[in-house]
Amino acid sequence: MSEFGAGFLDQAALIALYMLSASFLLTVLRVIIGPTLPDRILSLDMLVSIVIGFIAVIGIRSGFALYVDIAIALGLVGFLATVAFARFVMMRGHVGDDTKADEIEQERTS
Amino acid sequence: MIDGALNILVGLLLLSGAFFCLVASIGLLRLPDLYTRMHAASKAGTVGSGMALVAMAIHSANVGDAARAMAGVIFFILTAPVSAHLLAKAAHDMGYPLWRNSVRDDKKASDEGKDENSH
Repeated sequence: MSEFGAGFLDQAALIALYMLSASFLLTVLRVIIGPTLPDRILSLDMLVSIVIGFIAVIGIRSGFALYVDIAIALGLVGFLATVAFARFVMMRGHVGDDTKADEIEQERTS
Repeated sequence: MIDGALNILVGLLLLSGAFFCLVASIGLLRLPDLYTRMHAASKAGTVGSGMALVAMAIHSANVGDAARAMAGVIFFILTAPVSAHLLAKAAHDMGYPLWRNSVRDDKKASDEGKDENSH
């Protein structure tokens, strides 16, 4: 039972790493294709939470519990970055401005 | 015996957490506008990383590491809705459009009601 448990945990951590890599790539794709600034900000927020999952899996596989602190620090940084980006979206002004008209048009047609 | 059961529990938590992350990123890629994408990312993404951290808490050897991992989970549960709400409010106030097939915009309706009251 305990041998099977150890082997199962090893395989499960490996499969979880593959799935997290796939979701990381899909989220990076959304960062690239946009189409608007808030979409990219949201994707970056999602990237942070995927990386926290990565850190937890790596911590379990390697046995270093110290990785928990890194995960918490990364979560704090991600939260503050998203808040700052939301302020930036507010400060950048209304969508009716010329700078974002083509961006919104792209969103409508896609 | 109990070690093997705990290992299997940790493995299952890792697999389901990674599955939730995958679902969240597929939703982020496939849903039509910012507000629906936010729904996928902030809920499923939080559950995904939270499950991985819970697995780490169960797997860790001493109480201090487990407590720190659980504190991380609580922190993410508290902050993820706040950041998503801030971003959605900023985007909506700045006029980023909903999906063209959306039928209701309650925030816009309530904002207009507020304007009428203030005049």
